[in-house]
Amino acid sequence: MTTDLVTRRVRGAGALAGPLLFLEGGPRARLGEVVRIALPGEHGAPGEERQGQVIAMSRERIAIQVLEETRGIPPARAVVTLTGEVARLGVSRAMLGRILDGMGRPADGLPPPIAEARPFIAGAAINVARREKPSEFIETGVSAIDGLNTLVRGQKLPIFSCAGLPAGRLAAQIACQARVRGAGAEAFAVVFAAMGAPFREHHAFLEAFRTAGVLDRTVVFLNRADDPPIERLMTPRCALTCAEHLAFRHGLHVLAILTDVTSYCEALREVALARDEVPGRRGYPGYMYTDLATLFERAGRIRGRPGSLTQLSVLTMPDDDLTHPIPDLTGYITEGQIVLSRELDRRGVQPPIDVLPSLSRLMGLGAGPGKTREDHRPVADQLYALYARGRDVRRMAAIVGAANLGDEEKRLLAFAERFEAELVGQGGAFRTIEETLELGWRLLGDFPPSALTRIPEALLRARRGAGAAGPPPAEAPGAAVLRAGADAGAAGGEGRGAP
Amino acid sequence: MSGRIVQVAGPTVVAEGLGGAALNEVVRVGQDRLLGEVIRIDGDLVTVQVYEETAGLALGEPAEGMGAPLAAELGPGLLGAIFDGVQRPLPELAAREGDFLGRGATLPALDRARAWEFEPAVRPGDAVAPGSRVGTARAAGAPEHPVHAPPGTAGRVAAVRSGGIGLEEPAVTLEGARSIALLERWPVRRPRPVRRRLAPDVPFLTGQRVLDCFFPVSAGGTAVVPGGFGTGKTVLEQSLAKWAAADVVVYVGCGERGNEMAEVLDEFPRLEDPRTGGPLLDRTVLVVNTSNMPVAAREASIYTGCTIAEYFRDMGRSVALMIDSTSRWAEALREIAARLEEMPGEEGYPTYLASRLARFYERAGRAETLGGGEGAVTMVGAISPPGGDLSEPVTQCSLRATGALWALSADLAHRRHFPAVDWTASFSLEAEQLAAWFEREAGSGYGALRDEAVRLLQRERELAEVAELVGTESLQDAERLVLESARLLREGFLRQSALDPADASCPPGKAFEMLRLLLEWHRRASAAVGGGVPLRAILETGVPAKLLRLGQIPWQDIRRAGEALRAEVADALGRLEVE
Repeated sequence: MTTDLVTRRVRGAGALAGPLLFLEGGPRARLGEVVRIALPGEHGAPGEERQGQVIAMSRERIAIQVLEETRGIPPARAVVTLTGEVARLGVSRAMLGRILDGMGRPADGLPPPIAEARPFIAGAAINVARREKPSEFIETGVSAIDGLNTLVRGQKLPIFSCAGLPAGRLAAQIACQARVRGAGAEAFAVVFAAMGAPFREHHAFLEAFRTAGVLDRTVVFLNRADDPPIERLMTPRCALTCAEHLAFRHGLHVLAILTDVTSYCEALREVALARDEVPGRRGYPGYMYTDLATLFERAGRIRGRPGSLTQLSVLTMPDDDLTHPIPDLTGYITEGQIVLSRELDRRGVQPPIDVLPSLSRLMGLGAGPGKTREDHRPVADQLYALYARGRDVRRMAAIVGAANLGDEEKRLLAFAERFEAELVGQGGAFRTIEETLELGWRLLGDFPPSALTRIPEALLRARRGAGAAGPPPAEAPGAAVLRAGADAGAAGGEGRGAP
Repeated sequence: MSGRIVQVAGPTVVAEGLGGAALNEVVRVGQDRLLGEVIRIDGDLVTVQVYEETAGLALGEPAEGMGAPLAAELGPGLLGAIFDGVQRPLPELAAREGDFLGRGATLPALDRARAWEFEPAVRPGDAVAPGSRVGTARAAGAPEHPVHAPPGTAGRVAAVRSGGIGLEEPAVTLEGARSIALLERWPVRRPRPVRRRLAPDVPFLTGQRVLDCFFPVSAGGTAVVPGGFGTGKTVLEQSLAKWAAADVVVYVGCGERGNEMAEVLDEFPRLEDPRTGGPLLDRTVLVVNTSNMPVAAREASIYTGCTIAEYFRDMGRSVALMIDSTSRWAEALREIAARLEEMPGEEGYPTYLASRLARFYERAGRAETLGGGEGAVTMVGAISPPGGDLSEPVTQCSLRATGALWALSADLAHRRHFPAVDWTASFSLEAEQLAAWFEREAGSGYGALRDEAVRLLQRERELAEVAELVGTESLQDAERLVLESARLLREGFLRQSALDPADASCPPGKAFEMLRLLLEWHRRASAAVGGGVPLRAILETGVPAKLLRLGQIPWQDIRRAGEALRAEVADALGRLEVE
């Protein structure tokens, strides 16, 4: 091994601050290099060893982020070994079915899998010219996603949750039952990365995988809530390195679940502030956007390679705040978001997906003729539009009282209730896209054809028999007013801040 | 000049021993010779922003100053190319390096192996001035490429070459050992010179009625498009790329999503150029730096794109430079500033954000080129305001620096009203200066019509608020007519179908005629209502349905169709008034 020639040992570190260890004098280190920190043992015996990574270097000192517990490290007596290697992870197909810790070491008592390759965990950007446009529909079995916010292979779609909402259950449900039409089950794999997960949470995930019998096609990277927070910075990178290997080397369709992105960002902030960096919004570092992008952008497809890497991250919005830097920056990198609602959860709607702020930016690539069904887009648009109006009516009813609503408004309100209870609130069951769309048609059945403006006439006629659609009645001026009012209201809101 | 690395933090590196390095000079850093640029000089210490991943760099590794600032390669072969933020050709890089971007990979922007034929336009003894045309380069499958003398190059021709030639070989040799090659280099951060700037009194026609009529920008003007989630920004950009009056489109994908860029790269070659029938890509240059590509290269990408745009302007072309999005550029600036431990300004952005943005947008313009022609760079910058909040610094600085705001509304997009340009929040500072052009070219009375339409839409908004309180039933017929006419204006005029071949692009003459018909109808119907004719009867005449479909009439036929419609209106309303 030549590493001995490169390996440099430093006895005694200058300072320890939170998760950071500083070496004075700046030996020849590399940025991102892995270091080993040996602690003094009892009575001259070799002590335990911890890992770290060089994150900044200057002539005066080197900053090492310690990936494990820093308690118990006496800086002056620690022996720091610079390995000369940037962090890599041995990856192989044999990782399927294994449970690993947050840095990819076995946590199930079995020996480490034999590595087929040792790529850098930091990853490299996919050359955009080689990216394949995502286009295949993933059937998650969840109506609010499949029907209204369709997920496609290669997409990155986070679940924006609030503390106490069952985001984990939804993610596990999708991981266990998602499928792609026409693809064999063996081509599918799940890479699950838990960052700072409490026992309750990772236990529930593992139980769900076990019950569904999918554990043997799953790789688990587990950074527990009581593991050092800094290890969390490595966990998603290890998991995605493994996922890329399975997807692009072995041609599997990989669904990567990262939970919880908020814990990751907090670890990022902890390191940044320990380094005395100038803090950005709410103390998070200015490079958080770029840092998150290097995680989320590892989803995708590559031309000429059979596999795909799809990401479903769970993110808990601090204080239920959608404009908090973490969900805000995430939303600008990911291709949409699934938003959970505390209000729906309180009303017992499971999963509590609020379809109005939810969005799948790639829906157009995965929904429609040849992918799902011809009526998918129009039905989804119509459901969405009527539900949006139903929610407006509900707000109005809270002020004027339900008894004072007009017939049209009562119908919209009843639709919103049924939409939530029946279409969104499906519980843990699997629904095919056909079942979802048929249910959608049933909910639309309460409306006269003239109210279904998003559905092309031909389609409506085909569904309801000839003559049912009829010529649309000449629009009364009153209807125009209602619409214009909504237009103007929305337009007024947009103008905020413009001179 | 060679130095050593003494400090590394994220994308910034400090080196010593690069004495004499200049600001913006290119530096090759480390054993892998990563590309970087000097951004700060402090005595012997030089700070370099590195355009590639810095992991693996070690203290003490070499840093070499290249003696020249970051420059773009300009020459034949640019059209149809796809570059990263520092102009590395992405498809060629993929062919050589594989599906992932490696480090230290260097490839010239323009393919040296490609054979070009040069046909000179000058003879020995001729005088050549900066910007004057010296010949034409041709290659199989490439559009003809005029070759001009670069800025600062002048003299008497000593010798010319013709026939097959390499990009860097002298095509025209001047007396005194200077020469002109097909390829020139220009520092990306320095604006290319022009003879003089021209007044912004010619519009940049987009073919979109709502923009051309209500919020026009001049050729060489600037517009910002704040577009949040799902506001149809991409639809608008594609319409502009396809239909706007631009000879060349430079599209900069700055810090956006990889999958979205894959969609652009997939669709642009398939979009048909309505002018030539060929692929749109043949008059497009794409500069793409996705969010996970090195942040410093993202910062540089808009300058690379702009320099390429100016190069085509200097050939006398009209160029549209589209940037998606400037917010990501500003964030790159912020990130680098934070690494330099600069004191942050508003929301952590550096204090020079406003001046950098203003200086950048100032590179747009219509100008008399050095060669005496006329060219223009028109800029459309997208903004992604965090949380949709337009009061944030990037939006506010951009609004001060640019001439128009094209606000997109998610609500309109959701109603399938495209282009989803919100007519209440948008504005153009150049509309007044352009009014004379429209009066002259589209039809006299244009400005008055436009004002009348704006008043009608404004009146609709007020009435809608009233109607919401008291209900439509309590409105007078005259007021309900206002609402109805405004609806016709919105759905028949402001909305435009990108799928209908007759409607996808609308010349100003047709827009003028449409607007005139719609407003004439409103005036005529108002008179009828005033004369006691019930509104319902007026609306049942069938005229409104025809007004809604005006857009579908080809522009050549609009006048004739308009006359027929006028006759019909006179006839129908005349009959109602008699009853």
